[in-house]
Amino acid sequence: MRLINRQPSRALTVFLAMLPFAALLIAYSVASEIRLAANPSDRLLPSLSTIGETAVRLFTEPDKRSGRILLWYDTGVSLLRLFIGVFCASFVGLTVGLLIGLLPHVRAMLGVFVAVISMIPPLAILPILFITFGLGELAKVVLIIIGITPFLIRDVSQRVVDIPHELIVKAQTLGASSLVIALRVALPQIMPRLIQSVRLSLGPAWLFLIAAEAIASDLGLGYRIFLVRRYLAMDVILTYVIWITLLAFLIDWLLRVASRKLYPWAGKGL
Amino acid sequence: MSFVSVDNIFLRYGTFSILERVSLSVEEGEFISIVGASGCGKSTFLRLLLAEEQPTRGEIRIEGREPAVEPGRERGIVFQRYSVFPHMSVRDNIVAAESFDKPLGRLKRGERVAARERAQATLDRIGLGHMGHAYPTALSGGMQQRLAIAQALTARPRILLLDEPFGALDPGTRLQMHDFLTELREETKMTVFMVTHDLQEGFKLGDRVIVFDKPRWDPTDPSAYGATITYDFDARNNGIPFQDILEADHAHPPA
Repeated sequence: MRLINRQPSRALTVFLAMLPFAALLIAYSVASEIRLAANPSDRLLPSLSTIGETAVRLFTEPDKRSGRILLWYDTGVSLLRLFIGVFCASFVGLTVGLLIGLLPHVRAMLGVFVAVISMIPPLAILPILFITFGLGELAKVVLIIIGITPFLIRDVSQRVVDIPHELIVKAQTLGASSLVIALRVALPQIMPRLIQSVRLSLGPAWLFLIAAEAIASDLGLGYRIFLVRRYLAMDVILTYVIWITLLAFLIDWLLRVASRKLYPWAGKGL
Repeated sequence: MSFVSVDNIFLRYGTFSILERVSLSVEEGEFISIVGASGCGKSTFLRLLLAEEQPTRGEIRIEGREPAVEPGRERGIVFQRYSVFPHMSVRDNIVAAESFDKPLGRLKRGERVAARERAQATLDRIGLGHMGHAYPTALSGGMQQRLAIAQALTARPRILLLDEPFGALDPGTRLQMHDFLTELREETKMTVFMVTHDLQEGFKLGDRVIVFDKPRWDPTDPSAYGATITYDFDARNNGIPFQDILEADHAHPPA
C-alpha cells in the first residue's frame, strides 16, 4: 500500500500528536540535566521542576512592592492592547477590503497603494510611532494595527474578488443595490475568511506587541521578559513564553470554534 | 411589437469578433432553446440578454423599453453552478428574492413573516419544504437547481435566462427537472431563454430552437468573423412539420 493511502488509527493519531511535544520536553530535560550536572548554579537551562516552581510562584504570589500578582496584571494589559489592535485592524481590513474588492474605482485607486504600503516593515517605523504617538498605549496599539492591517486588506479584497461572479450577478437580478450586495452577499461570505486571516495574523500581532513592549513599557508580558533578561532569569522567561504560547493557541482555537459555530455553511477550514 | 427584440447585434473584443448580425424577435411566453458548438457565442449572447455585457452595436429591448445597462429584476438567471447563496438557508434564499431590492436588503418585521410563509409555500410546491432550514450545500445538484429556478421566479422577472441549467446533473435528475420546468412554465407563462449542449433537451423543452454558428470563416484570420444565428427551428410538435432555414441568408453556397 502506498504511504499516501495509509491512515493512522485513532490511538496512533493521539500518540503521534503527542510525540513532538514529548521529544521537545525530553531533549530539554537532558540538556538541562547535563548543564546542571556540570554546574549546579547554571541559570541558562533551569530544570523542569525549577520552571514549575517559578510558574507557581509567578501565578500565585503577589509582588512585594506593589502587592499585585504581576503575571496576571501583565497578561491583562497585553491582551487588552492585542485585542484593541487586532479589532481595529480587522475592522479597517474588512471595510477597505470590501470596498477594494467590490468597487472598481476604489480598486483602481487603492489596489497598488495598499500593495506598496504592505511592504513597509512595521518595526522599521516603530521609532516614528513612538515619536508621533508618545510612549503610551497608543503607539503600541498603532504598531499592531499598522503591522497587520495591510495583510488583512489584501487578503479580504482578494477573497471578495474570488466570490463567484455568478452570485454577484444573481444578486443583481434580484434587484440588489451595491450596498445590499456588499452587506448581504459579500460581507457574510467574507466573515469566515476574515476570521481565518485574523488567525493567521495573530502571530505577527503578538510579535509587534512584544516588540513594542520590550522597547518602551512598564507593564506587559513582553516588558517582563525583557526586564528579567537582565538577571538571566530563564525560569521566568520560559514561564512567560509558555504562557504566551498557551494564550495564543487558546485565542486561535476560540476563533476557529467561533467560525464553525457562526458560519456552519462555510465548511471545515484548517 | 415583439416582446423581446434583438436588433442587429454585434459584439467585438478588440479585433476579435464574437457575434455579428444577430437579430431575433420573441413573443411573450415563448421558450427559446439556444444551441451551438462550444465557443460559438451562445453563452455570450445570454450575457447580452442579461445586460451583464453591452453589445458593440445594436440593441436588445424588452417590451420596447430602453436597453438595460446592467442586470436587474426584469431578467432572472439560473447558472449551471453557484446559482444560490451558500450562506443563506434554503428558505432565506427564496426570501432574498423578495428582500434584496429593499433598502439594506431586509424586509420590515411584518412583511418578513408573510414572506417566510410564502417562501415555505414555494418550497413545499417544489418538494423542498422539509429542507427550509438546511444550507444549500446539503442539497443535491438537482435540488439546488430547483431552488435556483424557484428563487429566480420569485422575483417575478419578465424573462428567465437559463445557462446550461441541467448540464451538471445526471440523466435521471435531468428528466425530472424537465418535468419541473415544464410545469412551472405552464403556471407562469414565462418567457424563457435556455442555453444547452443537449440538442434533445433543446427540442423537447423549447418552442423554438436557435442555432449559433460561424457562417463565415477566414482561414488566415479565424477571429475576423463572429457567430450568428444560422438556424431557427420551430420545435413545437417535435419540430415537424416546418422549419425556417436561414442558412441561405448567411452561409456562402459551396463553390
